[in-house]
Amino acid sequence: MLAYAEGKSFVHALSGATKFLFFLFWSVLAMMTYDTRVMLVMAAVSILLFAVSRTRFEDVSFIFRLLLLFMALNLLAIYLFAPEQGVAIYGTRHVILQGIGRYTVTAEQLFYEANVFLKYCIMAPAAIILMVTTHPSEFASSLNRIGVNYSVAYAISLTLRYIPDVQREFQDISRSQQARGIELSRKASLMKRLKGASAILMPLVFSSLERIDVISHAMELRGFGKKKRRTWYSGRPFKVLDLIVMLVGALLLVLGLWITFRDGNRFFNPFV
Amino acid sequence: MNAATGLEKTADMVRGLEFLDFTFQYESQSSPTLHHINLAIRPGEKILIAGPSGSGKSTVAHCINGLVPHAFKGECTGNYRVSGVDALKLGIFDLSKRVGTVLQDPDGQFVGLTAGEDIAFVLENDCIPTEEMKNRVNAVSSLVSIDNHLHKSPQDLSGGQKQRVSMAGVLIDDVDILLFDEPLANLDPEAGKHAIELIDRLHRTTGKTIILIEHRLEDALFRSVDRIVVMDKGRILADLAPDILLSSDILASVGIREPLYLSALKYAGVTITPALCPDHVDRIVLHRTAPGDGTALVPDQSPGQTFSDQSPDQAAQEKSPARLLREWDVRQIPVILPAPVTPLLSVSHLDFHYPQEPNRKKAVRDISFCLHRGECVSLVGRNGAGKSTLAKLICGFEKPDGGSIAYDGRDLSRDSIKQRAEHIGYVMQNPNQMISHSLITDEVAFGLRTRQILENEVMTRVEDTLQVCGLHPFRHWPISALSFGQKKRVTIASILVLRPQLLILDEPTAGQDYRHYTEIMEFLLGLNRNTGLSLLMITHDMHLMLEYTTRALVVADGNLLADDTPANILTDDDLIAAASLKRTSLFDLAVRAGIPQPRDFVQHFIDYDRRMRRP
Repeated sequence: MLAYAEGKSFVHALSGATKFLFFLFWSVLAMMTYDTRVMLVMAAVSILLFAVSRTRFEDVSFIFRLLLLFMALNLLAIYLFAPEQGVAIYGTRHVILQGIGRYTVTAEQLFYEANVFLKYCIMAPAAIILMVTTHPSEFASSLNRIGVNYSVAYAISLTLRYIPDVQREFQDISRSQQARGIELSRKASLMKRLKGASAILMPLVFSSLERIDVISHAMELRGFGKKKRRTWYSGRPFKVLDLIVMLVGALLLVLGLWITFRDGNRFFNPFV
Repeated sequence: MNAATGLEKTADMVRGLEFLDFTFQYESQSSPTLHHINLAIRPGEKILIAGPSGSGKSTVAHCINGLVPHAFKGECTGNYRVSGVDALKLGIFDLSKRVGTVLQDPDGQFVGLTAGEDIAFVLENDCIPTEEMKNRVNAVSSLVSIDNHLHKSPQDLSGGQKQRVSMAGVLIDDVDILLFDEPLANLDPEAGKHAIELIDRLHRTTGKTIILIEHRLEDALFRSVDRIVVMDKGRILADLAPDILLSSDILASVGIREPLYLSALKYAGVTITPALCPDHVDRIVLHRTAPGDGTALVPDQSPGQTFSDQSPDQAAQEKSPARLLREWDVRQIPVILPAPVTPLLSVSHLDFHYPQEPNRKKAVRDISFCLHRGECVSLVGRNGAGKSTLAKLICGFEKPDGGSIAYDGRDLSRDSIKQRAEHIGYVMQNPNQMISHSLITDEVAFGLRTRQILENEVMTRVEDTLQVCGLHPFRHWPISALSFGQKKRVTIASILVLRPQLLILDEPTAGQDYRHYTEIMEFLLGLNRNTGLSLLMITHDMHLMLEYTTRALVVADGNLLADDTPANILTDDDLIAAASLKRTSLFDLAVRAGIPQPRDFVQHFIDYDRRMRRP
């Protein structure tokens, strides 16, 4: 559902480390800023990049809907727990609709939540692009290149390697235990379902331990952990394009932060 | 490296490998696993190390590659030298530069996310630049013909392809010694044959030392080896040329199965001697008289002639093995089994595709067959052919797109997984995937307790089942203290306790040596005879298929290709190719001996063998 898809766009041509670094800059800026103008530009760039990467929407529609749902819940929760947050931030109070008790609708609150919405519009496409245009085996080398210890980076890569196998094994075990009578559907009580889950987890844990044993011996026999450093088969050398993209990313970060904090406040305030 | 040592003999040994009075005891064990091992392997030799489970052959493999004592701790005495260097003092990393290991499980040892990455793994750890790495991967991958699959992920490679990736992964480092730990254990028969061929080709083209650890002798000897080392109870029992070993009774004494064609020759009264070249069915001498004297080359007698004027013993001395086989074949009376009559499970026009499959490719296509009460049937075909899918459909784990399954005349489509399990039991390949309790009694009782059966009824049924399965003496043991074979039995017991009439077993004998294989199969056959339990076994093991089942279903690409006797299937070359099976050596033997109906000969052998083993 969020798997790597081969492609020939300029985003695909970048090395994984470049994309990772750019994504990091992009996320930092998106998290720091509440400057609506900056965010509008960023959201536009994110969506543009998504289009340029030629990611097929059908491939990611599931995750997209999931994010949409999560976003709606988040926006609702902000309103439920802090209906006056916008007023507190912007210092004015323009009531649009008088509600019950503390739940009024103010222009400030709407504007604040629109800003949060914009953040999603920046982050979601960027994260999806990173996932679908980077081969999983390039992730480990990218992480290593930006300074993560290679054992940790490789552990992540191995996890990706085993996810499909463990998924299939889980399904097989779950069915054979269902045949023996465990009930996982809503028909059974919570206690029973928990007991049923443990009847699946125990075999899964034991067979995963077997796997770990085999793979760690195989890795040791082939010299894993011998040196402090290692090279990567799937790592791509940086090209001019990579350097440009990283530079642009860094410049955008600085520029965005400068625009945001120029007036000493990270919020853009249209109400004064 | 030490080529400067001068003396030729020493120089030879420098690249070889040598154990001198080597004894090893695991930290967790109370007595040594290996006793006084003396073994020298010269560079360029090809050695087969055979032995039953627990004979110490895997421990020897672990010593050779350094997992002992670096990963598996323990105490060693004596010497182990590789290339003249004390290997016990070398780290596992240094040793891995001399000995390359291909482990048993081709999937488990696959480290990378793609084939190319996996092959390059050792170079990555050596900090070789990416460009050079790619060139070397390309070169070595064409050596094992995997160069067209470098971008594929392990999920998209077959078992045989994964094994070739592992071979490339050790060859890339230019090691002197290649160690293969049970290379046939996880492959289908055809892939196994290709693996042995490839290993042989590597041996001839690269001149590397090859060490094969394997208990399936006949399959491993598909290409010749220089010596066979037989291990038992932690000691080396024999270290002989194949022809000499196969002429002795050492194999039978340790419980390693001899090649089937040799059993057939022995039944026909042929004495196996090294002069017969018994190491391969294509080489064995059939058209000469028994070479007791080693000189006489009496031409083969025509089948019509008789030797009535000689005593039978004397006659046997003078007849060629081919003639003895022909005469034996004529004496056999075909066994006619009563045809099974009561249908138990009818599958008709079953169709299925996995929902995640992109272009709705069918995993099962219009399959129909019927299993009868008390039948023993094998289900064969290459990995991914649809065998397991078919089993899953029968058990209700998947819902078919079309067609129907009826049990005892009743349509099963509305029955849940749980309801079906009361008639049809399913035993997974790996017992660890089924065991969810720590005590045997609880494990076996589990299926009954989830069905809210009264506790004293549960206990009676559990006791009965444990008796039947020969597990009663162990009933209070923790499962972790059991051997693999005993665990397998526990999983079978935990299904039998629900009293199914049909048992589906996925690879019941995978990874087991001949003795354990016989134990499990005789146990299942006993259940079949005594309780009328019907068996459907998914298997790659051609021996199991021939010896223990009366009928076999062959599946390829989701289609049912054949539904026939194992003897007919394993002698049909088209079927064999389509389903990745392997023709039985009995057939080749019969053809070479000039037996007019080689197929019937195979059946005669099976019937005779059954009578011999079970009086």
